[in-house]
Amino acid sequence: MSATSIPAQPGPPLWLLAELTYRCPLHCAFCYNPVDFATSGPELSTEDWLRVLREARAAGSVQCGFSGGEPMLRDDLEVLVAEAHRLGFYTNLLTSGVGLTPERAAALKAAGLDHIQLSFQDSTRELNDFLSHTRTFDLKQRVAALIKDNGWPMVMNCVIHRLNIDYIDRIIEMAVELGAEYLELANNQYYSWALLNRDQLLPTRAQLERAERITNEYREKYGDRIRIFFVVPDYHETRPKKCMNGWGNVFLTVTPDGTALPCHTAKMLPGLAFPNVREMGVREIWYESEGFNRYRGDGWMKEPCRTCPEKEKDLGGCRCQAYMLAGDPAAADPVCDKSPAHGLVVEALARAESGSGRSAPLVFRDPAASRRLAAGGG
Amino acid sequence: MSAVTGTDACPRVSRRFRLQWEEAQNAWVLLYPEGMVKLNQSAGEIMRRCDGSRTVAQVVAELEQAFGASGLADDVAKFLELARGQQWIEG
Ligand code: SF4
Ligand code: SF4
Repeated sequence: MSATSIPAQPGPPLWLLAELTYRCPLHCAFCYNPVDFATSGPELSTEDWLRVLREARAAGSVQCGFSGGEPMLRDDLEVLVAEAHRLGFYTNLLTSGVGLTPERAAALKAAGLDHIQLSFQDSTRELNDFLSHTRTFDLKQRVAALIKDNGWPMVMNCVIHRLNIDYIDRIIEMAVELGAEYLELANNQYYSWALLNRDQLLPTRAQLERAERITNEYREKYGDRIRIFFVVPDYHETRPKKCMNGWGNVFLTVTPDGTALPCHTAKMLPGLAFPNVREMGVREIWYESEGFNRYRGDGWMKEPCRTCPEKEKDLGGCRCQAYMLAGDPAAADPVCDKSPAHGLVVEALARAESGSGRSAPLVFRDPAASRRLAAGGG
Repeated sequence: MSAVTGTDACPRVSRRFRLQWEEAQNAWVLLYPEGMVKLNQSAGEIMRRCDGSRTVAQVVAELEQAFGASGLADDVAKFLELARGQQWIEG
């Protein structure tokens, strides 16, 4: 393939992520919701969501994820799942399990829900020892039993960071004990709230290597009983990830207020207007809007990406990370060691090694902190 | 040849996957939690017949008839072995 052959014309939006609400009973310090979530506009109505589901399906979407916030807080969740199922979507629910009662589980099953991904998130502010909280374990145990009883595959997810990475053995043991068939150990990515807390959350290289080693030992020990995915944190790499499998390539996110995004953090990018599903149909959003077209293909690239022989592999990395760290959404992702801003990543890693900057208190995600931060306060 | 992919076995799509025709992709796809496998035409034609009611021999015969071909048994057996390895089919 020649160096300029990255197609600008995408296939269908195969993946629809429906972020039903930013409301959430938990306060994760690594939350991926935007820092200013509390100032976002009113949530879409049931009718709006039903229309979005129909339009997305007609445009070729086939995987549908219901997330948030905590999607269980929407009392029309069952209605939306039922419609998604009727339309032929494969339906996924991403939840912390809070609010998943036996009654609602049964209703979701009847609505045709295909899969629940249960996360280990916890509401306690004692992040580093949340695993020892019996309340967490009781909740997860109850929800895990509901998932099993309803015949759903048992998929667990845990965000890994500096404060829990040394307990990775206990996390895996807990997942096994809960009967998980799949466990995703997702190393924290530094966006939104996690970026605010990066000095406290970024693990050292030694921590990371130990965690990977232990994960491999458990893979050998348990074999097919549990499949463990270890998602490597990109800060410790020298090449960026192919973010979202390409901008506007397969993923379509709709935020609680109806903004359509190529990924759930893209709203932060400056000078880019993203359409709202209240005003534009999904097909037009996907194929014609400026927001979705801007970083498709490679016409937008600058050096060093523009002439890089590896550009088809990672498409220059993540636009949000380029903006957050290098101040320019069209720059190379600073995780790449060819990026002129790569020094910023190296510096963050050096701070992680030395532990400096860790004395600052963690900022927990809650509406009050969000409003303060949106207003420009610290 | 293993018992499962023997010509008397009646393979069916595994419970872990859902087989579905996708007009937008002009293809049969296998859906699973947060993922999808897009099947090529011949894989799709084989998989859609793996419903637990047909033996492998019947699947082969149907395909040969539908596509006016002969000698497909080896190709089908090879694909079913791969599909089993991926846990796409059981039984
Ligand atoms: S990351 Fe935590 S706080 Fe954020 S939406 Fe998920 S459960 Fe809620
Ligand atoms: S220079 Fe750009 S395209 Fe090349 S590897 Fe780095 S980020 Fe990827």
